[in-house]
Amino acid sequence: MSEKGKNAVKSVMIVGVGGQGTLLASRVLGSAMLQKGVDVKVSEVHGMSQRGGSVVTYVRYGETPEDRVYSPVIERGEADVLLAFEALEAARFLPYLKKGGTVVVNTQQMDPMPVITGAAQYPRDILEKVKEQGVHVLALDALALAEKAGSAKAVNVVLIGAMAQHLSLPREVWEETIRSTVPEKFINMNLQAFELGFTTGV
Amino acid sequence: MKELLLGNEAVARGLYEAGVRVVSSYPGTPSTEITEAAAKYEEIYCEWAPNEKVAAEVAAGASLGGARSLCAMKHVGLNVAADPLFTLSYIGVNAGMVFAVADDPGLHSSQNEQDSRNYAIGAKLPMLEPADSAECRDFAKLAFSLSEKFDTPVILRLTTRVSHSRSVVELQPRQEAPLLPYQKDPSKNVMLPAFAGPKHKVVEQRTEDLRKWAETCEINRLEDNGSSVGVIAAGAVYQYAKEVLGDSVSYLKLGMVNPLPEDLIRELAAKTKEIYVIEELDPVIENHCKVMGIPVHGKDVFPRCGEFSQAVIARCMGKELPASTAVEETIPVRPPVMCCGCPHRGVFYTLKKNKVYVSGDIGCYTLGASAPLSAMDTCICMGASVSALHGYNKAKGAEGEKKSVAVIGDSTFIHSGITGLIDIAYNQSNSVVVVLDNSITGMTGHQQNPTTGYTIKGDPTSAVDLEALCKAVGIRRVRVCDPYDLKALDSALKEELEAEEPSVIISRRPCALLKYVKHNPPLEVDAAKCIGCKACLGIGCPAISFKEGKAVVDHTQCVGCGVCTGLCPKGAIGKKEERPE
Repeated sequence: MSEKGKNAVKSVMIVGVGGQGTLLASRVLGSAMLQKGVDVKVSEVHGMSQRGGSVVTYVRYGETPEDRVYSPVIERGEADVLLAFEALEAARFLPYLKKGGTVVVNTQQMDPMPVITGAAQYPRDILEKVKEQGVHVLALDALALAEKAGSAKAVNVVLIGAMAQHLSLPREVWEETIRSTVPEKFINMNLQAFELGFTTGV
Repeated sequence: MKELLLGNEAVARGLYEAGVRVVSSYPGTPSTEITEAAAKYEEIYCEWAPNEKVAAEVAAGASLGGARSLCAMKHVGLNVAADPLFTLSYIGVNAGMVFAVADDPGLHSSQNEQDSRNYAIGAKLPMLEPADSAECRDFAKLAFSLSEKFDTPVILRLTTRVSHSRSVVELQPRQEAPLLPYQKDPSKNVMLPAFAGPKHKVVEQRTEDLRKWAETCEINRLEDNGSSVGVIAAGAVYQYAKEVLGDSVSYLKLGMVNPLPEDLIRELAAKTKEIYVIEELDPVIENHCKVMGIPVHGKDVFPRCGEFSQAVIARCMGKELPASTAVEETIPVRPPVMCCGCPHRGVFYTLKKNKVYVSGDIGCYTLGASAPLSAMDTCICMGASVSALHGYNKAKGAEGEKKSVAVIGDSTFIHSGITGLIDIAYNQSNSVVVVLDNSITGMTGHQQNPTTGYTIKGDPTSAVDLEALCKAVGIRRVRVCDPYDLKALDSALKEELEAEEPSVIISRRPCALLKYVKHNPPLEVDAAKCIGCKACLGIGCPAISFKEGKAVVDHTQCVGCGVCTGLCPKGAIGKKEERPE
């Protein structure tokens, strides 16, 4: 175990809008950690919440092979990294971030239905407000980078690349995991997307 | 080999390793992936049954025929399968038979929060509850040997957090379970009163035998950490407790939640000064302890409603919670919505426009209840839209009949809507039923069903002819509409509401997320023509938003379904190339 026999577990929370591909991101991270040989749990969301709603997946893994992961979920003040696929979702789930934690966020904004119907407003300068909370924020336009890589659908892999800069895993493990997770004809496009995210995520 | 498996995939792996031959299920979140994953093993015959009652009976028949079998369902599915469940408890099994049932504390994707453990008690069946994927695999295997050893169906209880969490599983090889011979034995298998009476006594004795087994089995574990505080927990809740309390308390970790090991509970009580029973939903273990005369904390400390987590336990037990930060702004909620290009959208828009009472049902289309469509009055359970509309119209008479419809998806209609339609035809209410045929079981993630023409393994098969089916039960007015054609839909609805006999409108178009559905190029708003009237926002499409006084279509989301184009009074929405520059 890492220190004084205490169970040392890292927590990564992945949030976004149903349909954006957050599940793939959590699976890639989970598989990468399995390859590293540490205990890992991934908690996913299926069913109704996937239909364009706010979605959350949790990835928790041991720092060393001796560390055990018990709970598969992450609670307020527990996440080391908050990976947000959409700006409003970063703000919504900011309370889950640990003190001194890092937010990796896609600057893309998607209006939720109450905003579309006029019942609510999309808060202005929301990412500025997040930054004001004294957390590390890495903001990137993942949609533009994904389109540069060849498909708007690769937003998730761009964000995995950006997140990878903040997790202690060799780059090869990430690339190998992406190769084994995405369909063969999309491998090159996704590796390009990872590269763009990875270099932006410094 | 180690794999990171979903709890549901691990259950399926357990079925494979246990030599299971037959799986019959009806999809339902969070149970669906058990059967989907099982279907990937060639050695297992898998099927989607029309409903959970059929699935349970198929599994029972397979068990009688000598094959280890399973049926999987969500918690409310067990209500549908409850009829065979209670009597199968008397009959027992030939080869092992297991019910896998997944509860949904926190209602991630369900209409209620019922606790399936009450069924295990009511039907007097053993129930196992795994706490992670490794246990899902192990307990699935154990359930079959237990089933055969004690001549009983076994319930494997999961919850969303166990079903839908991935954790590490060390794979093991399959052990073939040979097909057992069938022996005719009416006193065991024909539940006439004369045979069922004696069987009830057998069941009561079996429960006592199982209780003795529960005292010494490996899956009920006393973790004595020398503390004066004891915790009794099972499933995901045990993980949350370990997360918060670590080794500072002693645990009775239950793998079998019915019947309960009374001696182990007494042993924990003897070793500790105070016991906390930590369980989601109903106070099942707590009440049992109290009946035994053991004072415990339970629902005096922990909530009865919702899903637990480490934070819920920490808060309830007075532990410090980690610091957190938040922005001051109000963050608008982001509820789930119908997808872009969803064929249901046009139907609900039309129903709202016609101000009808909508008797709703279970599926993606239940989202028709949300703003801005807000076109649903009720949602009870699978199939209830049709039968409850009949009752509504019997109460209201012609006044109701002219202003009401039922909406039900293709899969739900087959599940239990057809019986309600038979009632409408037989007992003559002038009701209008709209079957939302999107050619798939949508909400649970695209499962085949008896109307699609394909089996779970993707093999072509016969498909229910919905039009012929409705006609066969006695509905003469049956018509098909394309839900993208709002004008045709509107006139069909008006005509059928006016008609002096019951009718069925089949709104037919495949789910826009199906791989074979070709999407059109995204549409665009001509900003020069747009007058900012917001008419297009009324259909609640997530691709259309309002920016700086004009409607805007998000090209990454729009699939070009065109439903919005007819709503614009200025014809400002269209294909990019069609608009004059």
